[in-house]
Amino acid sequence: MTLSIAIRQQLGPFSLDVALETGPGVTALFGRSGSGKTSLVNLVAGLSRPDQGRIVLDGRTLVDTERSIFVPAGKRRIGYVFQEGRLFPHLSVRSNLLYGRWLTPQARRWGGLDEVVDLLGIGALMARMPRDLSGGEKQRVAIGRALLSSPDCLLMDEPLAALDRERKAEILPFIERLRDAKRLPIVYVSHSVEEVARLADTVALIEAGRVAAIGPVGEVFARLDAIGEWEAGAVLEATVLAQDPEAGVTRLDHPAGSLVVPSIDAPIGKRLRIRIRARDVTLAVGEPGRLSVRNRLRAEIVSIGEGRGHDVGIRLSVGGEPMLARVTRDAVRDLELVPGLAVIALVKAVALDGI
Amino acid sequence: MNGFLSPEEWTAIGLSLKVSSVATLVSLPVGIAMAMLLARGRFFGRTLLDGLVHLPLVMPPVVTGYLLLLAFGRKGPLGAFFEHTFGLVFAFRWTGAALACGVMGFPLMVRAIRLSIESIDHKLEQAASTLGAGRALVFLTVTLPLALPGILAGVVLSFARALGEFGATITFVSNIPGQTQTMPSAIYALIQTPDGDAAALRLTAISIAISLAALVLSEFLARRVTRGGAA
Repeated sequence: MTLSIAIRQQLGPFSLDVALETGPGVTALFGRSGSGKTSLVNLVAGLSRPDQGRIVLDGRTLVDTERSIFVPAGKRRIGYVFQEGRLFPHLSVRSNLLYGRWLTPQARRWGGLDEVVDLLGIGALMARMPRDLSGGEKQRVAIGRALLSSPDCLLMDEPLAALDRERKAEILPFIERLRDAKRLPIVYVSHSVEEVARLADTVALIEAGRVAAIGPVGEVFARLDAIGEWEAGAVLEATVLAQDPEAGVTRLDHPAGSLVVPSIDAPIGKRLRIRIRARDVTLAVGEPGRLSVRNRLRAEIVSIGEGRGHDVGIRLSVGGEPMLARVTRDAVRDLELVPGLAVIALVKAVALDGI
Repeated sequence: MNGFLSPEEWTAIGLSLKVSSVATLVSLPVGIAMAMLLARGRFFGRTLLDGLVHLPLVMPPVVTGYLLLLAFGRKGPLGAFFEHTFGLVFAFRWTGAALACGVMGFPLMVRAIRLSIESIDHKLEQAASTLGAGRALVFLTVTLPLALPGILAGVVLSFARALGEFGATITFVSNIPGQTQTMPSAIYALIQTPDGDAAALRLTAISIAISLAALVLSEFLARRVTRGGAA
């Protein structure tokens, strides 16, 4: 299932000029607010028309300005989860959920009401009206409503942006389950590095209406130029090894060493993504002594950047995966860091408080 | 009760209710369509159309009545058309009274419905379309239910206006007892007769009672609609 987009649209002084292709799994459109991410998904959903271009979903042409094709939103079979939920205020949760399903021909339906309700944990809300729901509950119902219209592709526009930290933590696992349980391509719009690192397989970095970079999440997020020095870092894949609720931590296994992170609600054996920001990494040459730092990964220096200021970015390889560290130039000189040198990368567990 | 009111007075009350109800119900779909057009349409001449709809509100009712007589009288172009095509005659019939009342109440109805359509978040309609609804279904399942409080208000305003309508009606269809003599016309006629004071007062009291009942009913319905969902 691929979604291929090549469009141009002029919106006042702002121009959108995007060409990209998404594969299965979650593709994140990542960028600052105002970079054109929402305009782009609105074009895909059919809520606006491009001046020029084509949008093709799995061989089905949705828009082609040259051939004057424009499939209206209602016929695109694309689910859309909006930032503000947009539940129908005059309908109960149950009727909201069934709205799209009722409009979907029997033969094309997938996933039952019970299944979706279970997946999202909204069974107890069915009889309520939207105004009696919390922000997190509204968003889960909105996701369920979009799913029950049996879409070929799901668009999510900052579905967590309006929620506080706890509500986010409440919903993220549902989206992860959705990603893993359904082979449904998801286009996920966000400006949050944490969300994207955790959910996305592919990241398209959107800047001023253009695709500035696109690739696997680990690659794009390791590019200092792409996401800025402050947020750049590595995204490592690790497996849940053990839960230690007493200490409030989860232990993860990674080829370069084990990792300790603040508790993550996930079963043992589950693969997770952990983002480690370059600025949170400390380098040690030789085995360090007794330290409070929980995470020690065996790494090799790949290259040392040329910084003009007080610090430089260092590219590392941990078990074959790229990782970034940001250290002072003073430290580079003092520790005699050079490419090829084996080092220990230290990361405080508390710095890995993902979301 | 029959002793309290004369048969003529009963007739006037019945006729008034019939004329006002028909005027309101028939103009309702037109009013909703016009409100939708004015609220959501982007076309050349929208301001002009808006002005035309509001004309009966600002013109002297006698003028409206006279214009109706010119257009819908048996010799008027529209009157002749309706008579030939549908066999529907307006001149000096209760149907004409209903037409006059409907026209006079139309601006109020459109105004109330339009305001409530304009207050609906267009994003909800977009959400409905992404869920597979075409334009007609979006209107029926989202726009219309959310505009219900405004529609209700429009119906009440239009009905009240119809009940009180006098100038346009008497100009267009005259004051024929049993045919076009609604309550206001009857009260007017009674005031002109030497011994009509008591009867005029009785009809006045009934008028007030009907108006109050309509207001209470609309308040009750509006509250139920609001509680039922629309915020």
